[in-house]
Amino acid sequence: MPHDHNDSQAPGTISPSGHPYRPDDDRPLTYWQNMEIAVRELLVEKGYITALQIQNQIDTMDARSPTNGANVVARAWTDPEFKAALMNDAAQATRDMGFDIGPMHLIAVENSDMVHNVVVCTLCSCYPRNLLGLPPDWYKSRAYRSRAVIEPRKVLTEFGLVLSENVQVRVHDSTADMRYIVIPSQPEASKGLPVPDLVKWVTRDSMIGVGKAHAPT
Amino acid sequence: MKVRVHNNWPPGHVRTPGYLRGKTGEIERKIGLFSNPEQNAYRHAPEQRELLRVRFKMSEVWGANAENPNDVIEAEIYSHWLEAV
Repeated sequence: MPHDHNDSQAPGTISPSGHPYRPDDDRPLTYWQNMEIAVRELLVEKGYITALQIQNQIDTMDARSPTNGANVVARAWTDPEFKAALMNDAAQATRDMGFDIGPMHLIAVENSDMVHNVVVCTLCSCYPRNLLGLPPDWYKSRAYRSRAVIEPRKVLTEFGLVLSENVQVRVHDSTADMRYIVIPSQPEASKGLPVPDLVKWVTRDSMIGVGKAHAPT
Repeated sequence: MKVRVHNNWPPGHVRTPGYLRGKTGEIERKIGLFSNPEQNAYRHAPEQRELLRVRFKMSEVWGANAENPNDVIEAEIYSHWLEAV
């Protein structure tokens, strides 16, 4: 497995096994980190919520992953009735599949030969967390959030996705109450496979719209 | 239906992105009633406002600098930020 060696590392800061030392993360807490701890501890001390409830909520969020969305997409590829329900009300359709997405409002947008959808939140980092789990770090970066609406094709090229001029790019800016999931086009080579196999073709990036569904590697 | 986003710059928790203010687009769909975030963010009893998805052409948003004039941006805009064109 390759490692990230830092060539600018000063001599003498290499471990005996030849690895550069990574600096310890010894920064003090920020103002808002302190504030979050203070409010959380107050809520627990005053009995509004328990530490166990907080831990359970963290566990619930950590258990959500792109695999949930991949199951939704694979079913949409193979079940026209579900697909129609998903396009009509994606939140209700995913709830009916058994996913606990809380109060999230969800819209599914479908890629085709003529249209490619990509999702961004220019104002903050809105993401369908209640279905797909936490967003990737780049999704929250200022570079992605600003460039996705200004030069989406260039951004997609950097993700390795080059689109024909004939394909319309639709950038969905999650400005308010809705969250979005892209239904990527089903690759020809995957047609006819059973759903449990199809799930492996659906990547997180393909559901954000910065990639395509592809054969499992 | 064509609508234009108000070119207003009020302070506060506004969910209308600056790059779309003053721009004209087509209503893509109506989503329903939602609490006005400009009141909700400050714990004022929020009014229910209609939320709409509006589709803007890249050429409308970025003019001659558009990467591809026929690509589009779709965003959710509250009705009180829109006027019919």
